[in-house]
Amino acid sequence: MSADIEENVLELQGVIVTFGGLMALSDLNFKVRRGTIKAIIGPNGAGKTTLFNVITGSFPPTEGTVKFKGRPIQHLKAHKIAALGISRTFQTVELFGNMTVIENVMLGCHTKIRTSFMASGFAVPQSRRKEKQIEESALKILKFIGLADKFKDSADSLPLGEQKLLEIGRALASEPELICLDEPAAGLNETETHVASSLIKAINAKGTTVLLVEHDMKVVMNISNEILVLNYGEKIAEGPPEDVRNSHRVIDAYLGGVA
Amino acid sequence: MLRIAKLPIAVFALFIIVFPWIARQIPVIEHYTNIMVFVGIYCLITIGLSLLMGYAGQISIGHAAFFGIGAYVSGILTAKYGMNAWACMVIGMAIAAVVAALVGAPSLKLKGHYLAMATIAFGIIVFIIFNEEIEWTGGPDGMSGIPGLSLFGFEFNSVKRYYYLVWGFVLAVFIFTVNVIQSGTGRALRAIHASEPAASAMGVDVFRFKILVFVYSAVLASLAGSFYAHYLNFINPSTFDLFFSVKLLIMIALGGMHSIWGAIVGTGLITFLSNEWLRYFEEFEIIVYGAILLFVTVLLPDGLAGVPGVVKGWFRKQVSDER
Repeated sequence: MSADIEENVLELQGVIVTFGGLMALSDLNFKVRRGTIKAIIGPNGAGKTTLFNVITGSFPPTEGTVKFKGRPIQHLKAHKIAALGISRTFQTVELFGNMTVIENVMLGCHTKIRTSFMASGFAVPQSRRKEKQIEESALKILKFIGLADKFKDSADSLPLGEQKLLEIGRALASEPELICLDEPAAGLNETETHVASSLIKAINAKGTTVLLVEHDMKVVMNISNEILVLNYGEKIAEGPPEDVRNSHRVIDAYLGGVA
Repeated sequence: MLRIAKLPIAVFALFIIVFPWIARQIPVIEHYTNIMVFVGIYCLITIGLSLLMGYAGQISIGHAAFFGIGAYVSGILTAKYGMNAWACMVIGMAIAAVVAALVGAPSLKLKGHYLAMATIAFGIIVFIIFNEEIEWTGGPDGMSGIPGLSLFGFEFNSVKRYYYLVWGFVLAVFIFTVNVIQSGTGRALRAIHASEPAASAMGVDVFRFKILVFVYSAVLASLAGSFYAHYLNFINPSTFDLFFSVKLLIMIALGGMHSIWGAIVGTGLITFLSNEWLRYFEEFEIIVYGAILLFVTVLLPDGLAGVPGVVKGWFRKQVSDER
């Protein structure tokens, strides 16, 4: 059992999500092994983003269990789950446009600081020292994602490709064990896509487990260890890229059931 | 980083210190020191509102109520029960904090217009209480006999003394708030303003921060109310009506919501307008406020604090047009 926990960072058991009469996820079971990159693919409306929202606590599942390192988290609020070590990016960029590039990453460090209103108001030396540390570690992350020279720019002013990278950087700032990336390559050109996928590989190489939703099949096939295919909220295939690629059900789902 | 420079604060403090002396030299503006006391009192409210609205992005059109709570708690407890004025001030702030937490808990889950409506409703309810609880508040006639302030035998019994007392508090509150803005707490507030889903995904307890900043702004409004009551020695409900909440909104909108300096400048301008420069307009005063609000929202969305940016943009355009 404990070996199982060690191996599986995330485990979903019988997860069901309904919106009114609509079944967004039906009886979903899967595991994410530590240190791997797992991709979730499926046609539009398959429930991929819903799945991310459930895992990261935007809303609880209607039924079922989500376990992070063996601990049920499905009832926890988003900020609690973030503090446990799950971080995410958003399909449509959700940066803090009113802040600079480095401030966005510094906010990502939020789980690592104790923010007391009084302590910050009185500017106690301890909280100022902490700010310095956060600034330094944010700069390190910016170097890692290649945006260090733009640290003072407003996050709004970056081109989409860099905004996507910055979102990943912000998600990394909390030093998560599991990072959920929602379509990191959406809207990017070929060069930018290449940069994003090498970054994801580099993040994984540092030991972070990656859960990925992506439409760009080249990216998915290249970087994932395992793929889970969703269709109408149901799992229709799961396994290494080469197996999934040849699955009839997957081909049917994508091509409209010609066979 | 969002750094608020120290030099302007020092210059501003110096201006505040010498202002009464300057005013005394020029007979026409001699009474401006008196108006500046009100500016200081209102600044206490608008600094908190700026943090709430400009930084955290949460609208309140009900802060006249917290202003009134401070004034009435101080007024009732000192005038009727002869309690220590400073202790009453603290009690007022504590009551305002509890009320803010109780009102904020359900209403801060609302967004935009709905939050505005909820706070308006709260303001109206409190206004009605001030009017109807005649036994306590004196009703629409108001209550008089509120004593002045003194500390260890030192009486704040002249305009100048009260001026320095109030502005001392304003400066302290200003520096405290600037520190909050420049800390992780301020960053979290601005993050909430920009994107609540992203803020909570990054571990920010959105609800806790909203309540915290709402309570802080309410406590400051209550403090201002206490100073108001002890300065005028008389209060009546009409000071704490919906229109005053709107006036507070105009103050920070004119100055620039995203800037704490804006709050102070806007408060100064509007207070002087209503106490001095617009006296001849009498009831039509409100039209001028409407015009100001319209002008600002349409042409200067960042208020006076945004003027340098607008001017810079204009110049750049001129230069590029010439080419």
